[in-house]
Amino acid sequence: MAYNCVVLIKQVPDTKRITGDVMNDDGTVKRSALPAIFNPEDLNALELALQIKEKFGGHITVITMGLPAASAVLRDSLFRGADEAILLTDRRCAASDTLATSYILSCAVKRIDYDIVLCGRQAIDGDTAQVGPQLAEKLGVTQITYVEELTDLDGKTITARRNIGNGWQQVKATLPVLLTVVGEANEPRVAAAKKMMKYKNACTPFEVQQRIKAENSDAVEAEIKELVANRCSKLEESGSLIKQLDLDDVEADLNWCGQSGSPTKVHRIQSVVLAAKGSKQIEPSKEAISDMIHELIDDKIIA
Amino acid sequence: MANFYKDNDDIRFLFRHTDVAGSANVCEEGFKFAGEFDYAPADADEAIQNYDMVLDSLGQLSAEFIAPRAEDVDRQGNVLNEDGTVTRAKGIAETLEKLAQAEVMGFTLPYRFGGLNFPNIIYSMAIEMVSRADVGLMNIFGLQGIAETINAFASEEIKQKYLHDFSAGKVTGAMVLTEPDAGSDLQAIKLRAFQDDDGNWLLHGVKRFITNGCGEVLLVLARSEPDRSGGLGLSLFVCEAGPTVHIRRLEDKLGIHGSPTCEIFFDNTPCEIIGERQRGLVTYVMSLMNGARIGIAGQSMGVAEAAYRVARDYASTRKQFRVAIEKLPAVRDMLIDMKTVIEAGRALLYETSRIVDMEIGYAKQLETNPPEDKAEAKQLKNESRRYKRYAGIMTPMSKYYCSEMCNTVTYDSMQVLGGSGYMRDYACERYMRDARITTIYEGTSQLQVVAAVRGVCSGTAEKLMAKLAGQQFDPEISDLLETLAKGRELLTESVIYVKGQGNEYMDLYGRAVVDIAIDLIIGYLFCGQASTKVDMQVPVAENGSSDNGKTISMKQRKAIIARRYVTKNAPKITALAELIRTGDKSTFTDYEALVGPVQELG
Repeated sequence: MAYNCVVLIKQVPDTKRITGDVMNDDGTVKRSALPAIFNPEDLNALELALQIKEKFGGHITVITMGLPAASAVLRDSLFRGADEAILLTDRRCAASDTLATSYILSCAVKRIDYDIVLCGRQAIDGDTAQVGPQLAEKLGVTQITYVEELTDLDGKTITARRNIGNGWQQVKATLPVLLTVVGEANEPRVAAAKKMMKYKNACTPFEVQQRIKAENSDAVEAEIKELVANRCSKLEESGSLIKQLDLDDVEADLNWCGQSGSPTKVHRIQSVVLAAKGSKQIEPSKEAISDMIHELIDDKIIA
Repeated sequence: MANFYKDNDDIRFLFRHTDVAGSANVCEEGFKFAGEFDYAPADADEAIQNYDMVLDSLGQLSAEFIAPRAEDVDRQGNVLNEDGTVTRAKGIAETLEKLAQAEVMGFTLPYRFGGLNFPNIIYSMAIEMVSRADVGLMNIFGLQGIAETINAFASEEIKQKYLHDFSAGKVTGAMVLTEPDAGSDLQAIKLRAFQDDDGNWLLHGVKRFITNGCGEVLLVLARSEPDRSGGLGLSLFVCEAGPTVHIRRLEDKLGIHGSPTCEIFFDNTPCEIIGERQRGLVTYVMSLMNGARIGIAGQSMGVAEAAYRVARDYASTRKQFRVAIEKLPAVRDMLIDMKTVIEAGRALLYETSRIVDMEIGYAKQLETNPPEDKAEAKQLKNESRRYKRYAGIMTPMSKYYCSEMCNTVTYDSMQVLGGSGYMRDYACERYMRDARITTIYEGTSQLQVVAAVRGVCSGTAEKLMAKLAGQQFDPEISDLLETLAKGRELLTESVIYVKGQGNEYMDLYGRAVVDIAIDLIIGYLFCGQASTKVDMQVPVAENGSSDNGKTISMKQRKAIIARRYVTKNAPKITALAELIRTGDKSTFTDYEALVGPVQELG
């Protein structure tokens, strides 16, 4: 039988590239100073969904909640083989913690006919690994976390191997189910040539509006509105319109969203200093010191 | 994220400097496919955007997935199982799956068979990146010419049967040409093709040294006319792997261990004929080989680039005599020479690929959509003929130059690493082993010279150079153009001399004649790059702490390369021209005395 999958993805700052230049004085990260990337384990989740689709058939919907610019990871998903992409964006989502985020996502996922929901284990910007499990609770479905291998899928029964840190656990569950997928599960495929060629201009209504405005700076609002509607319907025809939803569209209770729905409080931020374990002796010359400093810069130890 | 497209400034520069739009124009036949196929581009800008995206994606796959597996692939090789099947190295099997998912196995095939319809210039860039990651993998990724040959010459039925599967990466192919007694001399092929009572074709006989002979779709050159010796007795057939196709042996070879080399016994294997009888070698295989030769040139570029990078990295960190060895004149000179010949090979190969795009594009236009205006049609015919002649000399020149170049570069790469390079701890020794085959298969260097020298002596090379010399150049390099013009005069004099001495002499000194022509053509291409209209900034090497992050304009950099290349080659050209005109024929007259009798091998 075919399985409909929903994959939840997130655009994150590339925290591997953190250097002193991108830190605020209070120890937090300047997000805008880092390149925005597809959260790595979300790629593993998408890859698993694509493998399920290749083997059994079905439909893959990818959803992200984020700023309008997060459409980049949705396009990337289309390039890799997702069938449909949805951007959930709303200013009222700002300051949502994991609880509010999982609530908002659940409102969106509930509107879709799904068998399997897939998430990356955790995002590299927060590393909480909470959104997947919380979402499963809100959807009222079984969760299998830390999935390393999908061992079997037969009718309504799924069997998966979980990596539980000090060993593995094989579990069986009845669909629908939510999986959180770890990086070891697979090696994600790259973007496919024909899909890139086809979907390279895929965008959200928001992006269409921005582009039309830039192209017709002296047009009045009514004209712009009409141009946007025309362009959007053209994109929709070719399957290149990324669906855009806000909190009203998914009928979310605003009390559970954004700041008011987020009980998490940051207690304090601690500056962790790692103690040196190894040592290296260098010659007491200017050149050797300069080489050493460059080596440390190259290794991103200092900046 | 590592990416063999993004990390290669020269490829990215040439992507913009070369007339890629021109290739797109002829390939897309007036962009008529946009309405029919949702991924076909509507104009040249969109086509270029597509090429860029696909190269980027393939560059990422090459760097992050393929390259990390190459060492294991080299160690594992392939296994011939008892049941006659072949198990590929794990890394190759995994990579083939990823390449299929990346939708790049129908790179140049038409849209209607699920291909990308990309031009050769882009394919050459792709082959280089894939080969840099795993040299032997090129023999699958880079031999899509097998599918192209089916597309160009087979019946619609055969095309429909195989080409969709090629594009989808479900099958791989092999060019089944060589036999124990027919290597360079394919006219000597014996493998029999005969018809049964119902007129069905069958194959019987042995083929040897077949690259990827365990592939699913085999193009087999066979003798269909038993009474006719030579090339006109041969036809081309397509068959599938199956119970009558026996892989008898896998060769145990020096390099490219990811690519299985098979001996095949065909035991009355059912097959279908491609195109017409008797045209197998003279038309179809010649076309197939030309594509494959460009592929090998791309493969050579990839291995050279990989080997250079190892040497460059090592020379900057290895300290002897209290300095990084790159500070030593002999080492730094080697590094610059390696980098220069790599860019020289790339210039030559990309120009060749562009010319082949024009050749194929114009021929297609003449065949399917000739201009109604007679004068226009005549002009198109002339252009088509001209590009065919250019492709006829540039293809063997590229194969010859790039394959010899990658052997020099991999050799020097090991030399830079010294003892460490000789050990298996570094990839240099693998690159050196992998590079060695490139001057041998798909026509040896000696055969490439034979193929190119006629074109040089008939004046085609001179016409091509005159065209290259007619471009707009920056005034700063006008002295280089004078040097090149002098070189052309020397070439012309050499050609006159050689022609006066007869064909045997032409073959004897062919290599020297062709070497001069290649050096001059590359000189002009470098001067063209130094006069580019699409400049970009590229980083320079660090030289102390103060100039970190310093960049130089690519145009300026290319002017430096052009100057070094043209200046240093001028005395070589003079020497070659003198060598040609010595009139020394001792090779013919004194062979017996010079080499002596055949000795026991001991």
